[in-house]
Amino acid sequence: MNPASNIIPLFVILSLGGAFLISLLGKKIKSAPDILGVSTTLILCVLSFVAVRLVNIHGALIYSVGAWKAPIGISMVLDGLSSFMLVTVNLVAFCISVYSVNYMEKYTSKWKFYTLFLLMLAGMNGVIITGDIFNLFVFLEIASVASYALVAFGTEKHELEAAFKYAVMSGVGSLFILLSIVFLYSFTSTLNMADMSAILIQKGPSNIVLMVSVLFLMGFGLKAALVPFHAWLPDAHPAAPAPISAMLSGVLIKALGVYALCRIFYNVIGVNSTISSILMFMGALSMVVGVFLAIGQWDLKRLLAYHSISQIGYVVLGLGLGTPLGILGGLFHLFNHSIFKSLLFLNSGAIEYSTGTRDLRQMGGLAKKMPITSATSLIASMSIAGIPPFSGFWSKLLIIVAAVAAGRFIYAFWAVLASILTLASFMKVTKYAFMGSLKEALSGIKEVPALMKLSMCFLALICVIAGILLIPSINFIFMQKASDVVLEGAKYGNLFLGK
Amino acid sequence: MNIYLLCLVLFCIGLYCVLRKRNIIKIIVGLIIAEYAVNLFFVLVGYRMEGRAPIFSPDATIANMVDELPQALVLTSIVIGLATTALLVAIAMRIYQKYGTFDITKIKELKG
Repeated sequence: MNPASNIIPLFVILSLGGAFLISLLGKKIKSAPDILGVSTTLILCVLSFVAVRLVNIHGALIYSVGAWKAPIGISMVLDGLSSFMLVTVNLVAFCISVYSVNYMEKYTSKWKFYTLFLLMLAGMNGVIITGDIFNLFVFLEIASVASYALVAFGTEKHELEAAFKYAVMSGVGSLFILLSIVFLYSFTSTLNMADMSAILIQKGPSNIVLMVSVLFLMGFGLKAALVPFHAWLPDAHPAAPAPISAMLSGVLIKALGVYALCRIFYNVIGVNSTISSILMFMGALSMVVGVFLAIGQWDLKRLLAYHSISQIGYVVLGLGLGTPLGILGGLFHLFNHSIFKSLLFLNSGAIEYSTGTRDLRQMGGLAKKMPITSATSLIASMSIAGIPPFSGFWSKLLIIVAAVAAGRFIYAFWAVLASILTLASFMKVTKYAFMGSLKEALSGIKEVPALMKLSMCFLALICVIAGILLIPSINFIFMQKASDVVLEGAKYGNLFLGK
Repeated sequence: MNIYLLCLVLFCIGLYCVLRKRNIIKIIVGLIIAEYAVNLFFVLVGYRMEGRAPIFSPDATIANMVDELPQALVLTSIVIGLATTALLVAIAMRIYQKYGTFDITKIKELKG
């Protein structure tokens, strides 16, 4: 085993350890949750960049838990796709934990918040680095259970209702995932994903694989909120405290939904033309339905939640195309969306923090009173709407070009249409919230505290410069590795040969 | 074969309960039933007719042992189910305190 692979379990250990320490010390020492929470996420963020570097030097790394050899013991795998997702998740988590230091002052028991937050992070990191399919299910449930509790964190009427709906629907989704894992285990007699992939290729196509694909599509579709399964998202995401909305919309639906879908379909089961057309259709449907539902909303966070459905549609459409350009575009959009959508949710949290409302009709003229919030929100809005040179433009362009190149003109048309409608609905947000004259009731408001400003500015900076990730030499070390893993799907099965 | 079909029936009863019942507690019970059906199915996958426990000893013949891995995994899955159920019941209690009812047709303030 390569000594460098000792970094892999740290992603789970550190976040679990942080959660444990905070729950232990948080009640007694007032500042412990803040310091431990921020420092844990900072370390994880730095480690994830180290992981990218290590993947570039060594290629895919494998860690065997408890030194049991690969197909029998649990293994953890760090390859291009995992390191890409780790950077996305931990970068956003770091910004959000900095933001929460000030924002969560208005709630009691901050230590519970940070404990659950780090548990959720541990679950997501676990899903990303695991190489064992049952382990994936366990981590997925850790992240999900923590997120149910976080959605209900305010324990008011709406929070509880949303959390119940979310927990039941997501619980059913988990059952489908478990059921398909059972079928796959009984068919292949292994739980190691790489081993499973090799055996499935050997056995060739069969009806069980088809049925398992449908079950996985339902399960992960529910987790990713693709359109027929999206009903919980617009309730659950706005109900949570703003940093958690940012976390849920920004990374949770991607780590548990899109990443797992991508890993299972491209690397384990193997994608065929039927599955990829189903993925593309569901992507395009989510894209259009999400944006149409978003445009009529007056609740700012609910509007943003519907846009999450729409943007996830872009990611799945790009991945479903299956061409190198499409996959690169899909992954790039995944990264960009996690940055600008978490920024937008943090902005909505900042507005709620200062004005106490989420209704767009009660806002107005906030640009004068809250210059930083309004500037960062404008950057994020332009990014999500796809205005050059902001990050969202490049990834949408890649997806649309890939769709045209693959001859899918209808999907390209829908993607352009959804982009225009996104622009329209964010013009509405900017007009009602930040432009115009200041309302009488809002004359006493102040800009938010420093740490909230800092984290919003940092995310806005990434939005502006993310386009440089496409420069060939940078692209080669970061995103190219990730899209290669997806493209060379079946190669994943050879991972353990010669180790 | 029959036993697998019964398992499927149990799963469908659970799903029906989640989808059709109006009482929050009944929905939670439905989720538990569906979950147990999946767990049962998982154990059945590793079961063999007249199989014996997979305990290895020097004089034992390695023949006709049940597969022990699903049993270990089901244990994990039951624990996860316990966590989810405990959280759901806690949420249901808080919902009852706020709304004064368990009927989901009366708990629908979130729309649009």
